[in-house]
Amino acid sequence: MPDRRLLCLAGAALLCIVAFMTIGLRGNIGFVLALRAMKLAALLQVSVSIAVSTVIFQTVTNNRILTPSIMGLDALYLFGQMLLVFLLGGLGYAALDAQLKFGGEIVVLMALATGLLLPMLRRRTDMGLMLLAGIIFGILFRSLHSLLARLIDPNDFAVVQGASFANFNDVRTDLLAFAAILTIAGIVIAWRARHVLDVMALGADTATGLGISWSRTVTGLLLLVSALVAVSTALVGPVAFFGLLVVALAERIVDTRSHAALMPATMLTAVIILVGGQTLFQHALGSSSTLGVVIEFVGGFAFLVLLVFGSRK
Amino acid sequence: MSIAAAKQSSKTGWIAGLMLAILFVFSLCVGVGDMPISRLFSDGRALELLLVSRLPRTLAAILAGAGLAIAGLIMQTLARNRYVEPSTAGTAQSAELGILLVTLLLPSASLLFKSLAASAAALLGTSLFLMTAHRLPPTQPFLVPLFGLVYGGVIGAAVTFVAWRADLLQYLSVWTNGDFSGVLRGRYELLWLGALMVVVAWIVADRLTIMALGRDASIGLGLDYARMLQLGLIIVSVISALSVVVVGMIPFVGLVVPNIVSRLMGDNMRGTLPFVAASGAILVLGCDILGRLLRYPYEIPVGTMMGCVGGLIFLWLLFRRPSHV
Amino acid sequence: MIRIENVSLRHGQTQILHDISLTIPKGGITALVGPNGAGKSSLLSLIARLQPLQAGRISVDGFPVDTTPNRDLARILAILRQDSIVTSRLRVRELVGFGRFPHGRGRLTPDDYAIIDQSLQQFDLTDLSDRFIETLSGGQRQRALVAMAFAQGTDYLLLDEPLNNLDMYFARELMRSLRRIADENGKTIVIVLHDINQAGAHADRIVAMKAGRIVADGTPSDLLTPNTLQAIFGFEMRVETFDDTPVVLHFR
Repeated sequence: MPDRRLLCLAGAALLCIVAFMTIGLRGNIGFVLALRAMKLAALLQVSVSIAVSTVIFQTVTNNRILTPSIMGLDALYLFGQMLLVFLLGGLGYAALDAQLKFGGEIVVLMALATGLLLPMLRRRTDMGLMLLAGIIFGILFRSLHSLLARLIDPNDFAVVQGASFANFNDVRTDLLAFAAILTIAGIVIAWRARHVLDVMALGADTATGLGISWSRTVTGLLLLVSALVAVSTALVGPVAFFGLLVVALAERIVDTRSHAALMPATMLTAVIILVGGQTLFQHALGSSSTLGVVIEFVGGFAFLVLLVFGSRK
Repeated sequence: MSIAAAKQSSKTGWIAGLMLAILFVFSLCVGVGDMPISRLFSDGRALELLLVSRLPRTLAAILAGAGLAIAGLIMQTLARNRYVEPSTAGTAQSAELGILLVTLLLPSASLLFKSLAASAAALLGTSLFLMTAHRLPPTQPFLVPLFGLVYGGVIGAAVTFVAWRADLLQYLSVWTNGDFSGVLRGRYELLWLGALMVVVAWIVADRLTIMALGRDASIGLGLDYARMLQLGLIIVSVISALSVVVVGMIPFVGLVVPNIVSRLMGDNMRGTLPFVAASGAILVLGCDILGRLLRYPYEIPVGTMMGCVGGLIFLWLLFRRPSHV
Repeated sequence: MIRIENVSLRHGQTQILHDISLTIPKGGITALVGPNGAGKSSLLSLIARLQPLQAGRISVDGFPVDTTPNRDLARILAILRQDSIVTSRLRVRELVGFGRFPHGRGRLTPDDYAIIDQSLQQFDLTDLSDRFIETLSGGQRQRALVAMAFAQGTDYLLLDEPLNNLDMYFARELMRSLRRIADENGKTIVIVLHDINQAGAHADRIVAMKAGRIVADGTPSDLLTPNTLQAIFGFEMRVETFDDTPVVLHFR
């Protein structure tokens, strides 16, 4: 009964949200609530965008192990960001409006990601090759990012150090409204495409046989995935294994690959882990900024276990 | 090896040797400090600069490059998979964890002791990787590098976590991103131990080639497979750990170089091992020189340069001849 | 002589071999036949010490396989496993050359080179000797692996389904080469075969296994009878004799 499980998940997610908003309220309650609401909005967006982008990406590439971040998309976003600064730096790009810049960065990422991934998917590139290329892309873009950073300002070592882990404590609230529009649009599109996604999951040949224009659909979905990755990376920074972790968990919980059930389940799981985890770390452990590292650790570990035991059947 | 192949390899050998020599001389001449070659022997300061900074730096790049390329080659033999190398299979990250823990617990430990600890940690981490990697189904070769990558990522997360709590993040970047700008006389000599490991690898080159044929074939040919596995692990761990401790991790050398050499010359290590070492040295030294020149007088760390150059080479390798992957 | 005494093997819950005893005298070709999962490959890999012995004893020429140094055994017996995958980029001559490893630990003498050339010739690989293994067809690769085992120069040769991937011509060629080296060089060959007729035409002795037990043992003409075959494989088949060689008609 996926329906009942979904309800349970929704209840748990709601509980986490309420806990996040109410535990330890003190002082100027109105102010604190407003601050927490902003943060909550950011966390929800990150959860949803990572969940949806990972599910779609796995369906499009027909593989349970790939995620946008394993394929280096978040590194690509950081690189695109730096590339814009580098190319337009003389024109006072840095001084431009934050939302305008964000828009520009998203367009750059969509163009770069589709330009890189689509040829590989079109050529039906071997899975191993795709994966490996993705890993290499990730390292390459991170290196190019820091190379550009060095070229722009050789003295600024802080930039080069870069954010290697997401920081869920210190979110970019100035982009929230704009990001919210993208996220909601993303959910709507993904939801409407849920049946198409079910067919896409059967593979390119079958999907084509069932009357889906494979190439065009994949292009559209990749654009959607890039936009969602841009949202989450812009808000909190890169997260490597979070998407993988939530999809794997959600799939076990609802026990189906049907997108109508899997997508909401993944979103809810992501919300539970992120909002619940943040609440737990903030109040129980008193060190909320390490959540990113811990999620990477647990996510990565869970992934290894899945890989070793899942593939030995 | 046939006569044609032998001729070709001796020609390749000359080219590699010549390139390395040119880069070696060039590296001695490039730098911020003023060091005119004409006054090298009349001006004591110029000679001092050469001996204290330029020469050690150049040697360090050569030693680290050759060592890491060999470590990558052996790693690929042990895992029987072409797409692993120390920095993508948890070896480097384990070494970082080891040195981090020693720095925390015994801050006054000598560099040699730290290297030993890093080597031991690397050995442990790599053994665990191999043990698990051998259990993955051989029909899905991409699982092994993927597993290694995530495994390294998990250890890396642990390292970051510990460093962050202990306020050592700054130290960490010294180990995680390769950089030769801090190399001076007296601070790189440990890398010669890595060179020793390369020699050991050359001595057992035939056995390594047989190991690449798999466990059954190795035992059939009378090889002590378990002991060779241990020896290979030690070589990989020591080289990677020394590199991490002395100059920081340099990605891709171990991945790119053995793959290119294998394409050009095959996998008979008795013949290819010197080329792997030389090519690794050329690649790292070349990247270091490029990093010194690109934003002169500022420097770009070799780790960053290698991430770009090595990444591009590798992608080119991957997509140039897809039939061989 | 290969002497197998009371050997049993189990993997977890599954009993793979039940108390097997078998003696294979020196010289000649012994074929191991039987349905899938009978334990033929397991038995072969136990003889070749690729798996640890759990119960029983195996010795080759009087050397117990579990205690004799690996290197010494490699000069007595060579093994070719089923679907050995060579991922290394090695030339055919280099691969075959590694068959000499147990003798010189990597240093090749003129004698070694002569043996390598002879193996290449024996298995019709001379023209291919400078090609990389990965560029060969499945059958050519299989022959290169057999040639490597042959170059090992051992008295005993264990081959696990070497006819896989070979077309009719090369399957026949390989079996004839094996027959020749058994007759002329006095080698002892133990070979797992799926094609019962190849066994009938080329082997001196056939050992049939089923469900981890030896169910029949004898010369081809003893063993290849409708009744015995039905007991081994579980269905009825006709057997005719041409030129003193029994031929099993198992196709229809």
